[in-house]
Amino acid sequence: MGSQLRVYRQKIRSAKTTKKITRAMELISASRIQKAQQRVTASNPYTRAVNKAVSAVATYSDVDHPLTRKIENPTRAAIVIFTADRGLAGAFSSSVLKEADQLTKRLNDQGQEVLYYLVGRKAVANFKFRQRASQREWTGGTDVPTLETAREIAAEITELFIKTTEDGGVDRIYLVGNQFVSMMVQEPNTTRLLPLEVVEQEAEADEVHPLYEFEPEVDKVLDALLPVYIENRVYNKMLQSAAAEHAARQKAMKSATDNAEKLILNYTRLANQARQAEITQQISEIVGGADALSTVSED
Amino acid sequence: MANLIQVNLVAADREIWSGEASMVIAKTSEGEIGLLAGHEPMLAILIPGSIRVTMADGEKVVAETEAGGFLSMEHDTLTLVVRDAHLVS
Repeated sequence: MGSQLRVYRQKIRSAKTTKKITRAMELISASRIQKAQQRVTASNPYTRAVNKAVSAVATYSDVDHPLTRKIENPTRAAIVIFTADRGLAGAFSSSVLKEADQLTKRLNDQGQEVLYYLVGRKAVANFKFRQRASQREWTGGTDVPTLETAREIAAEITELFIKTTEDGGVDRIYLVGNQFVSMMVQEPNTTRLLPLEVVEQEAEADEVHPLYEFEPEVDKVLDALLPVYIENRVYNKMLQSAAAEHAARQKAMKSATDNAEKLILNYTRLANQARQAEITQQISEIVGGADALSTVSED
Repeated sequence: MANLIQVNLVAADREIWSGEASMVIAKTSEGEIGLLAGHEPMLAILIPGSIRVTMADGEKVVAETEAGGFLSMEHDTLTLVVRDAHLVS
């Protein structure tokens, strides 16, 4: 009986330690969400300005630029997968990888070959485990993405897109990553990065673009603008993914803490029961012993 | 004061400066350009160099960019978009 009690106490201690760790991680993530969201907000003015300029140029020129040219029969596509560096964030990374798998299947059905570019250690580990090849990997710093990394990724995929298919270039580029919807909801989503679909911003539909003077010519402006636009889209995706990562981790750690609390409660009850059973047994042993003694002396 | 322009200077990860100004001088790929209120709408490529903003009271703000970017001017609103920049004074 005493050994049972010891086992329960051990389990309570272990659950308490786990709870301390998960609680700490929950609090850290909670504070980092704020920062990550601030970074998203801080990059918004730039994003808005770039989008506006690109759509302005697109409206006033018949866009025929290598980066917007659509190839009729795409044969090769590239997917950039944005995951986290660390686990303990629920289904954060696995849902993105699943989304990428679905996209791959769809592309394969259309007869396209798929190349992978991975961001985050979790994607790299997953590909290694499944023994799938990837073109290039970027790891470290997914929770605080830097512009330099975004620039590197953008430069790499833009170059890949401009190359002809015969040279090993690709016809389509997709970004797959988590989108921060709210504190509770993070959704994996897919966006086609290249060829660019120059979309008019829906919010300013009534605002007509004025007749711009371009300096130098329209083509040159577009040449300079589109790489900036791509870079910005990649950076934005990384920031979104970082915010979603922290939110997902906070959610996962909160439920882990709750679970640990439930375990502690259950084991405490069991331990109390075991302790009480032990005491009861001891009393009955004493009573039984005393009873036996008194019967012996009476005789 | 009717002849002021609204200036927004933004970098990729943050807004650097915004406010009203009477004149802005920036370096484009075609040469230096000075922008005043009432300028025609334009889009130009910025090259590395300094961006000088003169405010209504004559005070000056100077920003330095090493990567360049572009500027767009419309309806007396000037947006300077640079990859990186910092205020010098």
